[in-house]
Amino acid sequence: MAVAATHNNAEPRVVLSARGLTKQFGAFAAVKNVDLDVHHARVHALIGPNGAGKTTVFNLLTKFLQPTAGTITLMGTDITKTPPDKVARMGLVRSFQISAVFPHLSVLDNVRVALQRPNGLSTQFWLPTSALNRLTARADELIEAVGLKRERNSLAADLSYGRKRVLEIATTLALDPQVLLLDEPMAGMGQEDIGTVSSIIREVAKTRAVLMVEHNLSVVADICHHVTVLQRGEILAEGDYATVSQDERVRLAYMGAEEA
Amino acid sequence: MSDMTHSSTTTVRAERSATASKTYAAFLILGLVLLIVAPAFFYPIFLMKLLCFALFACAFNLLLGYTGLLSFGHATFFGGAAYFSAHVVKEWGFPPELGVLTGVAGAAVLGLIMGFFAIRRQGIYFAMITLALSQMFFFFCLQAEFTKGEDGIQSVPRGHLFGFIDLNSSTNMYYFVLAVFVIGLVIIWRFINSPFGMILRSIRENEQRAISLGYSVARYKLGAFVMSAALAGLAGGTKALVFQFATLTDVAWQMSGEVILMTLLGGIGTLIGPIFGAGLVVTLQNYLATSQFPVTIITGIVFMVCVLVFRRGIIGEFYASRLGRKLGFEHRR
Repeated sequence: MAVAATHNNAEPRVVLSARGLTKQFGAFAAVKNVDLDVHHARVHALIGPNGAGKTTVFNLLTKFLQPTAGTITLMGTDITKTPPDKVARMGLVRSFQISAVFPHLSVLDNVRVALQRPNGLSTQFWLPTSALNRLTARADELIEAVGLKRERNSLAADLSYGRKRVLEIATTLALDPQVLLLDEPMAGMGQEDIGTVSSIIREVAKTRAVLMVEHNLSVVADICHHVTVLQRGEILAEGDYATVSQDERVRLAYMGAEEA
Repeated sequence: MSDMTHSSTTTVRAERSATASKTYAAFLILGLVLLIVAPAFFYPIFLMKLLCFALFACAFNLLLGYTGLLSFGHATFFGGAAYFSAHVVKEWGFPPELGVLTGVAGAAVLGLIMGFFAIRRQGIYFAMITLALSQMFFFFCLQAEFTKGEDGIQSVPRGHLFGFIDLNSSTNMYYFVLAVFVIGLVIIWRFINSPFGMILRSIRENEQRAISLGYSVARYKLGAFVMSAALAGLAGGTKALVFQFATLTDVAWQMSGEVILMTLLGGIGTLIGPIFGAGLVVTLQNYLATSQFPVTIITGIVFMVCVLVFRRGIIGEFYASRLGRKLGFEHRR
């Protein structure tokens, strides 16, 4: 809450915005008319009860799903019809709810795979794998920054759940994205890892926009500047954590039970 | 405590891969020596047939084992290349090396077309599209003028390699085929162990994540498809010169099935597994051809036994066995 309170200098620029975002699955509207603005150098939380449509919003913003209606703009460019891999290349990178690592690659190789494309080393089928060694230094920096140095040569499959999530953040950062979308980055983590990841996110958000889905409200209170509450696919409330947590409807729908 | 476990597994793995590369090198040299002296003990035509099918299976495995795509239309590339090579050598008087390369280029173009339509779908749909397109190609070959219909292109001259090595001598022809086989394997090995191969691996491991890292997955799959088709064409074009004919057998769907069988028998995703699979199938066919037993029933039974007992394939099981692990191999699937 302290962070949110001190962060009231001039409104930073909007890097990702959605207007009237809607997704119908047959007759069921998973997301209804959602307007969302994600700001540079801010951590924005998307919260809400299970089935509120948080992950669907993520899938729509990253174009893994095509919206039924509405527009999405990324840094001034309309990406409503852009394919997901192109969106990623434009600087909007996501993580997944279920940890997304390459299980049978080492930690080092996981990060190097992410570094390959921006460094133009992804289509060369005539070069030996050792050509990738020039990415090792940068990969090691990222591995060290998230505290995975000890596990550098382990297979990703052998890491604990929390460490896998940390590795995922390292691979995401390897792309140096302008906007990071993190889907429940702390789910299933121990207290120690939560602390590490919180400080990584806070650090990362100094120069980037972060939008995260999170259930752990103390984390939200701690690191998020702005909170959007979703319920049944619609926005229920919006504002900083203090405002939102006082909102009567929010307390009823979601937080009342949590804070009781 | 966890620190120690981590560092020890790491060193074990490093030592293992060091032993593995040593044993690999030893087996490689042994295998090559055996192949070089083999014509002294076996009928050369049989050996050449074996090498052609082994290369075909390895090319197929590049797609199934290293990209995770099950194609049911690889006969198109194998048999198509055989027709192209046979045609340009017989009718246009191309030298053998150019003839084989024409087959490779033709197969690559066919691969580009088939891949373009097929990679948009996954699993069974992918397999069905490749099967449908290869059936269309089969009927094209049945009707087209240059393939000579049911007769096929017969009595294709082997010619002189680079203008001075007479390939009508079966010893010369054998070493030519062996060279083609080794070149094919080197290309596959390099392809798998390259920056491109690394992306293919990551796509196979977690496609969604690869997309979210900004990779146009379809393009990488198409690249692997075309490479696999071109190498299958290398095998097919060479086979046309060995047997001096190209017929409908090589473009029929049974051929697509046979290469799947060879690859599964040997071990998907192992570099040398398909070679053993092809060796087993070709040897069985060869020895049973003269006996009373129907070949397909025997290969069918062998296949069933293998699927039930060695699910990783012969070489895959060997890698996973105690001896295999002691030698430093690791089977990853």
